[in-house]
Amino acid sequence: MFISSQNSPVAFKGFTLVMPAVAVGNVGQLAVDLIISTLNLSRVGYLHTDCLIPMAGNNPYSTCKEDAEGLHCPAEVFTAAERKLAVLQIRVPIIQKKSKKFRQMLVSWIKSSGFSRTVVLSSSHAYQRDDQQLHGTPLRYLATPSLLKVSVDTLKELGWREMERVPAFPGVKDADAEPRLCIPGGGITKGLYSDSCLAEDLPLAVLLLFCSEGDNIPDAFALVNHLNDWLHLLDTLGCECKWKIPTSWSLLFGSGIPPALF
Amino acid sequence: MATFFGEVLSVYSRAVDEDDEDLDENEEDEQIRRELDEKRTVQLQWSTDVTESLRSGNKLLCSDFVLAVGHNAASFLSAYVLASAKWDAVGRALVWNERSRAATGQTSEESACVFYRHKDTPAVLICHVTCYVAEDQQFQWTEKVFDCLQPRELTVTVLSDGSVADYKTADYLCSSSAPFLRALHTSAFSDQPVCQPLEQPNIVTGLPAAVLNHCQVHRIAAVVYQCYSDVIGPDSVTMETYKPTLTKLGKSIQVNSSPQTDALRKFVRATEIQSNLYI
Repeated sequence: MFISSQNSPVAFKGFTLVMPAVAVGNVGQLAVDLIISTLNLSRVGYLHTDCLIPMAGNNPYSTCKEDAEGLHCPAEVFTAAERKLAVLQIRVPIIQKKSKKFRQMLVSWIKSSGFSRTVVLSSSHAYQRDDQQLHGTPLRYLATPSLLKVSVDTLKELGWREMERVPAFPGVKDADAEPRLCIPGGGITKGLYSDSCLAEDLPLAVLLLFCSEGDNIPDAFALVNHLNDWLHLLDTLGCECKWKIPTSWSLLFGSGIPPALF
Repeated sequence: MATFFGEVLSVYSRAVDEDDEDLDENEEDEQIRRELDEKRTVQLQWSTDVTESLRSGNKLLCSDFVLAVGHNAASFLSAYVLASAKWDAVGRALVWNERSRAATGQTSEESACVFYRHKDTPAVLICHVTCYVAEDQQFQWTEKVFDCLQPRELTVTVLSDGSVADYKTADYLCSSSAPFLRALHTSAFSDQPVCQPLEQPNIVTGLPAAVLNHCQVHRIAAVVYQCYSDVIGPDSVTMETYKPTLTKLGKSIQVNSSPQTDALRKFVRATEIQSNLYI
């Protein structure tokens, strides 16, 4: 599944992996774009799989004409070895009915690569929040038991809100129905979290945001700043450094308007 | 969603729902699903000698592979290249999906993906794809085809039809500049493409993208020439736009610079009647 683009083998042992879930508003993917673009990460390989819809394009992080060409694939891995950071970007939806297979491949790759922790950036439908979720911050987190063992103090200090369990049948007073985890619009987030908790006990955290479809750029900034509060990705770049928007974000809402229209 | 004229368009939403994969399916549903999956499997059928060769472990030696995806690209190759009669049809791919038309005698969809090999230089292969290859079949098609090839300094050229409506640009493109070409190539492709590179934020999808992904990952030199046209069906002006793309392929792929008008008309007429909404 992982194919290196380098001539020497890539070592991920002890790295932190940040990856998006393809979810409502593509917020996780936009946030990952900001990380790759700002930290100027270099690509080290591809996740080559039949579970993703094929696509190809020129360099989405180009800064000048000279680096504008350079083929990019649906799922690629970038690293900053000095920061022990690896970032996976997924640019396409997962093929219907293949999400379980994709999740399994991901979990197996994460395990075999020896990442010290994995952070999944995701989102969930804002319109499906229940009464208690409507109040306060739209950001939530989840952490597997093995990650909590290491990071529980940090997460407490940050004052983050854990994703609530919701009743299985809202409105139906059924004492037997246990509240359960529900991430509508989150794609493989819930499945990935459950797989990591139960089967593999991987150190994995989910950072998600309640949002709706639309212009999700502010949501991406909110999510990536939230992540930065924990991982301090921008610190080494100087205090005034801001997130850099990649060139692939241009024309998100279509081409220029024909002047003849007016 | 249905449009004003009653056509049904498939509209894609970015919103993602969790797959209900963990629901228990009964045996009958499972069997139907399995049979559908089998039917959707891409199958390659080669000529006898190629089949024998593959069976004995000898793959098809290939130095140039030209793939045409779409009616204009395929018609261009037929009129400007294959018409020279120096090509043998050596195989085809059978691709069935929800857009395949029901077979009525001659299954036109089944011969919609044909492989040709040059008689004098058998390492040059051409493939036409005029059928729709679904998203879950594109990767499979690519893997199966490339699995049969023995690359020998292989260069892959893909000609792909596209609509100018899908082309995003900050300056509004007036229709007189269409049709035009844009190129996208793998890192291993060291030659100079014959046109401008595809600018951000445009992307290539479908079978051309699947081929590019495979070639990028396996370090094969490949280039996709995406032709953006404002005409939906086969059109001689659009076909001509592809002419510069084959200039680099040397003597084996001779481009017939002025094919007979009758030959071109044959390709254009095929879809004209079907595109008339009011008959």
